[in-house]
Amino acid sequence: MKFTLSWLKDHLDTGESLDSIVAALTRVGLEVEEVENPAARLGGFRVARVLTAAPHPQADKLQVLTVEAGPEVNGGAPLQVVCGAPNARAGLVGVFGTAGATVPANGMVLRVAAIRGVESNGMMCSSRELELGDDHDGIIELAPDAPVGAAFADYARLDDAVIDVSITPNRPDCMGVRGIARDLAAAGLGTLVPLTVPDVPGEGPGPEVRIEDAAGCPAFYAQAVTGLANGDSPDWMRRRLRAIGQKPISTLVDITNYLTVDLGRPLHVYDRARLSGGLVARQARDGESVVALNGRTYALAAGMTVIADDVAVHDIGGIMGGAHSGVSATTTDVIIECAYFAPDAIARTGQTLALTSDARQRFERGVDPAFLDDGLAIATFLVREYCGGTVSDVTRAGTPPVTMPSYAYDPARAATLGGFDVPAERQRAVLESLGFTVSPEWQVTPPTWRPDVDGTADLVEEVIRIEGLDRVESVALPRLSGVARPTATAEQKVERRVRRAAAARGLDEAVTWSFVAERHAAVFGGGDWTLANPISEELKVMRPSLLPGLLAAAERNLRQGSDNVRLFELGRRYLAKDGAPLERATLGIVLAGDRRPRGWREGKAAGFDAYDAKAEALALLAAAGAPVDNLQVMGEAGDAFHPGRSGTLRLGPKTVLAAFGAVHPAVLRAFDLSGPVAAVELYLDSLPAKRGTGFMRPAYAPPALQPVRRDFAFLAPAALAAEALARAAKGADKAAIVRARVFDVFTGTGVPEGQKSVALEVMLQPGEKSFTDAELKAIADKVVAAAGKLGASLRG
Amino acid sequence: MTDTDELQTHLLAAIAAAAGLDALEAVRVEALGKQGRVTALLKTLGALSPEERQARGPAIHQLRESITAAIAARKALLEQVALDAQLASEALDMTLPVDLPAGGTVHPVSQVMDELAEIFADLGFAVATGPEIEDDWHNFGALNIPDTHPARAMQDTFYVAQAEGAEAAPLVLRTHTSPVQIRTMVEVARRQNGAGAPIRIIAPGRVYRSDWDATHTPMFHQVEGLVIDKGITLGHLKWTLETFLKAFFERDDVVLRLRPSYFPFTEPSAEVDVGFSVEKGKRVIGGSEGWMEVLGSGMVHPRVIANCGLDPEEWQGFAFGCGIDRLAMLKYGIDDLRPMFEADTRWLHHYGFAALDVPTLSGGVGTPA
Repeated sequence: MKFTLSWLKDHLDTGESLDSIVAALTRVGLEVEEVENPAARLGGFRVARVLTAAPHPQADKLQVLTVEAGPEVNGGAPLQVVCGAPNARAGLVGVFGTAGATVPANGMVLRVAAIRGVESNGMMCSSRELELGDDHDGIIELAPDAPVGAAFADYARLDDAVIDVSITPNRPDCMGVRGIARDLAAAGLGTLVPLTVPDVPGEGPGPEVRIEDAAGCPAFYAQAVTGLANGDSPDWMRRRLRAIGQKPISTLVDITNYLTVDLGRPLHVYDRARLSGGLVARQARDGESVVALNGRTYALAAGMTVIADDVAVHDIGGIMGGAHSGVSATTTDVIIECAYFAPDAIARTGQTLALTSDARQRFERGVDPAFLDDGLAIATFLVREYCGGTVSDVTRAGTPPVTMPSYAYDPARAATLGGFDVPAERQRAVLESLGFTVSPEWQVTPPTWRPDVDGTADLVEEVIRIEGLDRVESVALPRLSGVARPTATAEQKVERRVRRAAAARGLDEAVTWSFVAERHAAVFGGGDWTLANPISEELKVMRPSLLPGLLAAAERNLRQGSDNVRLFELGRRYLAKDGAPLERATLGIVLAGDRRPRGWREGKAAGFDAYDAKAEALALLAAAGAPVDNLQVMGEAGDAFHPGRSGTLRLGPKTVLAAFGAVHPAVLRAFDLSGPVAAVELYLDSLPAKRGTGFMRPAYAPPALQPVRRDFAFLAPAALAAEALARAAKGADKAAIVRARVFDVFTGTGVPEGQKSVALEVMLQPGEKSFTDAELKAIADKVVAAAGKLGASLRG
Repeated sequence: MTDTDELQTHLLAAIAAAAGLDALEAVRVEALGKQGRVTALLKTLGALSPEERQARGPAIHQLRESITAAIAARKALLEQVALDAQLASEALDMTLPVDLPAGGTVHPVSQVMDELAEIFADLGFAVATGPEIEDDWHNFGALNIPDTHPARAMQDTFYVAQAEGAEAAPLVLRTHTSPVQIRTMVEVARRQNGAGAPIRIIAPGRVYRSDWDATHTPMFHQVEGLVIDKGITLGHLKWTLETFLKAFFERDDVVLRLRPSYFPFTEPSAEVDVGFSVEKGKRVIGGSEGWMEVLGSGMVHPRVIANCGLDPEEWQGFAFGCGIDRLAMLKYGIDDLRPMFEADTRWLHHYGFAALDVPTLSGGVGTPA
């Protein structure tokens, strides 16, 4: 909210400097966003008189003027100025920019220069050039008696700092300059000037006004003024409105806008000639609409409070008036509305219509319900003062909710909650200066303009913010004795380990959006949760997988020239269970580009394949503490993967810990990727919980005897999983065999059609004594027999 | 000159002249082989009388020893030469490049989350989490933000589309980490049957607002802090924030400025500005050349405490919320927010952290540039 220093001083009697006022505003919670003095931009501009005007010898549209700009310019001697304005003439008093001044509108620095061969020593300015208005048809014409040589900003009373404060939504009172002054007075920056409420006696009956929607509009006061003239508002009012960025329109409109800012009291003025019958505050009917003052048509619905006459809706109550009954230059008779609208209803209507206004901002925060009569009197007074006319009696429909709750307050709360021991009497003074009533027994009632105060914690806040939050002393939190205890949960520890293990394995951690494009989600089975109001189509569906974000990132990286992309992300997938959100902690990995660059040792570059994905999955599952040796490789990795080059890693048939493999070519196409890409998803929340077994490990001593290695070459059915064969071999003699490893797989020459050759290295670990030849043969026989059960036979 | 002297001279010359191991072997055979000349001399000793043997013996033995030693020395020399030649022939260009295992990186947001966890663990704060698709009550209602409250307009909320005619309360993407406060307090109240218990948590995580410009992204990261206990005041809040920021930035000259503000879920509420100084044209936390807003905080509103089933007459405390991305940017000199979520590997390699840069209190939670 913007206001000027002089405006503030209407309400605050103070000798404080601008700087200390600005500091105090921020200190009490009215954060100053900007302070700007328009005069600062008009430093080089002075009131000047045109002495002579003669045609320019080289240009038809230009004149050569001599200008007198006071003793401080050119020692009082006239200056020659070239000017193109049609209204430039001898005797005109205007605004002169001296060489060195910066023109506010375009940032141009004025210089002594020749214009079409004639020296010019500055510029006579238009309103637009000084950003004082839109007029650019000619140079500014000031009153003939304007003091030549005076700084223009002083003469035009523009030397008035504009202060922009950000008002938190709880402070409707500070949506008016007076409320801000009250806070400053409480903070010791001066005295609040008593508000003068004029007595405006009415003649004749007030306008016909009634309420049908008492919930939405509990009180509707109105007063008519007849026989007025709606011209331009007074200079002082126009100047202030302009200073805060508002455009003066007409006296009636300006008065309502002015009071909205000055006192936080929105009003509405109807052109009585455009109304039929009395005004009623009622709920809108479905199907009704109104053209508002902003020129837009709004479809209304039941639940919205409106002001209507017998024929049509004329006001979206408390938000914006209607265009039809808006005042104009020809308006002579008006009804001035001063109402109280229920904040919730205003907020809902405003949200539904997506319509904001200065009035809505105030009503939805809650205007002072006890300020209807005074607000109306001040408005009517100003209307009569500046537009003339005859004032009617006030019609009062309904009753505003002026009863405020009161709280039993213990001044010790300032210390026990706020950590700031403010003496009780000082607290009383602060609260009273803010308008609270404090009984001798500390029953505290907030003023009617503070609907936000809700309980004693609020009272503590009032005291402390005025006394200075920065004066609260730090107090150490009590801490447990000894070394800090561990705080991370098992899940957090797993995440940390997996993250660092992935980075250690050469993967780069990415953080990608939680939402993806619908088409990308569709590739992964579609998302369960779609945003109603996405920021873009690309960020619309909560990701069902971490891979779409990573694949898109891989594509960007490759396009930017990277030849090797290894990304991982630790985050959530957003799934549904029984219609409720289920967010599953997941690790995603995408490997794209070259696994290995071409090199002088390795030769050609090689891309990533499904086995790279499997290696990452197993390594990171191991880092996460999963029992990697017990995992089974199974199928059903999902449609995103190559059906023949992917798998799942499971603990038992149901618990899927990871899916890995080469990404399906159709998915690659969907992401504009070419070349093989491998991917992993690791489901961290499926990892078995580690049992709390303390720090002790099982006892172990390395065996004394060397292990024995035996190789077996089997002919096996082509479809037999190599792992099944190795597992069978390992299980053939559990006491002796500690490992069985596939070290070669071969098809082709010498291997019958439909079969493959699989070579296993089986490691035997003797215990107390070495194996005898007979024992070794027996074990080998068991291995062959076990393989035989799977259809594999020893190669001859 | 005796015959042994002569033989020795001859053999030593032959040994010295042997250019290779084969030639040397031939000399050895000539001298010491079964038919060798030295061997032959030795054999003559058996036929001699003891007197003669005493006269001739030492000379012949000396001859054998000197020849044996000369051959061994020559052999070692020749072997060394051969090895040197072999090694010389095996020389490789050691400037050729080798493949280092690619160094992966940890994202700055994760790194900072780990740093926060470490610092706050020392102060007794556990890390809590909560859902990101939140219901209206946890994100707004319980936090004292009613439907029509203007505060809702302060946050541009993403709403989750509901099935046509669905009666369920609207779901939103959480606009802040504050719902985790609610979930924690509700859980504690439930567990303790309303008796409450001291709570100290931080809750880092993703949050969402419909806002996208140079300094805002529709998804970002926040950390929430919550302390609920008996007798907790604004003074504790101030100390905690000072202590945290000093530890995080590893500077003792971190100065805070608390400004009154408004959040529906705290009362009193305070915005916290941190003093900065300008070093090499960049704003650096510490000192007080200027102020920047880094977090919002306050004493938890009694209504919020009551909404969670705890007795606000008995329990009170503070909460704060702070942008993690912003903390990371301020600490590590990251100028632009937007690349945080673009997964550009060049950016990740530049601003990311090594796997072993694990924040610890003893090593310092920060990782030097």
